[in-house]
Amino acid sequence: MNTLIDIKNLNLYYGTYHALKDVSLTIPEKAVTAFIGPSGCGKSTLLRTLNRMNDMIAGTKIDGRVEITGTDIYSNEVDVETLRKKVGMVFQQPNPFPKSIYDNIAYGPRLHGIRNKQKLDEIVEQSLRQAVLWEEVKDFLKRSAFSLSGGQQQRLCIARALAVNPDILLMDEATSALDPISTLKIEELVQELKDRYTIVMVTHNMHQAARVSDQTVFFLNGEVVEFSETEQLFSNPTDQRTEDYITGRFG
Amino acid sequence: MKQAEVRQEKTSISFKNKKSYILDRVMPILLFLCAAVSIVTTIGIVYTLMSETIGFFRKIPVFDFLFGTKWSPLIAPKSFGILPLLSGTMLITVIACVFAIPVGLACAIYLSEYAPTKVRKIVKPILEVLAGVPTIVYGYFALTFVTPMIRMIFPSTGVFNALSAGLVVGIMIIPMVSSLSEDAMQAVPKSLRNGAFALGATRFEVALKVVVPAAFSGIVSSSVLAFSRAIGETMIVAVAAGATPKLSFNPLESIQTMTGYIVQVSLGDTPHGSIEYGTIYAVGMTLFVITLLLNILALYVARRFREEY
Ligand SMILES: Nc1ncnc2c1ncn2[C@@H]1O[C@H](COP(=O)(O)OP(=O)(O)OP(=O)(O)O)[C@@H](O)[C@H]1O
Ligand SMILES: [Mg+2]
Repeated sequence: MNTLIDIKNLNLYYGTYHALKDVSLTIPEKAVTAFIGPSGCGKSTLLRTLNRMNDMIAGTKIDGRVEITGTDIYSNEVDVETLRKKVGMVFQQPNPFPKSIYDNIAYGPRLHGIRNKQKLDEIVEQSLRQAVLWEEVKDFLKRSAFSLSGGQQQRLCIARALAVNPDILLMDEATSALDPISTLKIEELVQELKDRYTIVMVTHNMHQAARVSDQTVFFLNGEVVEFSETEQLFSNPTDQRTEDYITGRFG
Repeated sequence: MKQAEVRQEKTSISFKNKKSYILDRVMPILLFLCAAVSIVTTIGIVYTLMSETIGFFRKIPVFDFLFGTKWSPLIAPKSFGILPLLSGTMLITVIACVFAIPVGLACAIYLSEYAPTKVRKIVKPILEVLAGVPTIVYGYFALTFVTPMIRMIFPSTGVFNALSAGLVVGIMIIPMVSSLSEDAMQAVPKSLRNGAFALGATRFEVALKVVVPAAFSGIVSSSVLAFSRAIGETMIVAVAAGATPKLSFNPLESIQTMTGYIVQVSLGDTPHGSIEYGTIYAVGMTLFVITLLLNILALYVARRFREEY
């Protein structure tokens, strides 16, 4: 598999707190990579470095490189907005805009200059289909996004991210607020999407990582402890700490 | 026998506390009395206003008052058309709002979306202090600073003019617009902003297309409140706008507002009980009704345009 994201000796500080310690990692193209590890170990932080959402947090300092197809995304010539358009993100809590279902999906395309109604209709339908939500909402696209259930809202947020046609999709515990059935739907969705997108997901659910990911990264205290094929990591971990964590003997 | 004794002990726990019992009885009554005082006062004010106004309209037809184009209640030939005062008030208010709402909104967007926390912590209290400056100070600021500046640009401008007073009323209401709008923007959850940032929106796009729409009801009601505050403003216009009731929309001329007129009559030697004196109640009533309607409008707008999040 081709490497798409190449993280080299990345360090991140929140003020004086050293949150990521010399992280080096490669993420393959068109596959699902899962980040696992105990709470506070830096999974979300690393995920946010990939679309530079950490820029928004005052007092963060970064050194090292994050290359996507060979370009360091922290170099000066990189336009952050274009980067974020290419690297979509789905958050832990569904966060639809207080607008209609249609306007939620059309928000991104409109932002990037698409005005043509027919084209927008097309994008909305296609994105909702990709997120396996179309059949459920096609008859009331004008309804408020808040009329949807939590699981539907999360799929709406996935559709919203897909609508700007990203290459990479980051998902930060996207199923942690959902019931088992919605979770399953989103897991199936991730399986389908990986043919077209590179997906990086953070999860606390080890079974989920085992079920849906191709590669798994185990973090501890801001460091990468182990990184390998998911099957290998779960069946035959090389580091004692990984084994302790996945067997629940941690701490 | 022994068991019964144990049970006896268990039931003897006391849950009564005499002190809190009395306090709980007395406090609501005290608090109610405080609330009642303000309600009774309001009713009293409205009652006086109503009865005096009705007395006035026994002598002057309502139609002449509402649609008359000449206001000259003190000097013969007497005429009681409120339109000149209304136009003066509207001129001031519109100038103030056209100036203050965009500026106040820009301040609010800057403070809420751009300013580092440190800057916000310093600037916001300063803005709120501006709201506490006595309006008479603003009045002299208009007369001695803004008016000369306007006369440098438009030499034909009168010493008393609507533009200067309007602009300064605007300056006075900016803190109100910005502070209330900023509160509304701060109430928009961070997660919505992050959602937009993650789609590649710039800070400006997030402010304009996510935060402002989500905070829209708060922004509109702050604007309506500022508008009604401008209508009711008295000292600035009394000092800087002049006392010439005129059905004119030329901002460089002297005009008179409803509030300005009330001040003029209250301070003069118009005998109580005369028709001339009755005019201030009729004008006051008009002012009251307009402000009341605006406040109802603000409430309605706040409900109607609420975006839930
Ligand atoms: N904005 C911030 N300012 C300061 N410190 C932060 C900030 N965000 C995170 N941290 C710290 O950085 C460390 C890593 O946080 P992060 O959110 O990446 O953990 P996580 O692995 O995603 O945890 P969880 O599984 O609970 O979501 C934590 O110790 C946290 O306290
Ligand atoms: Mg996290």
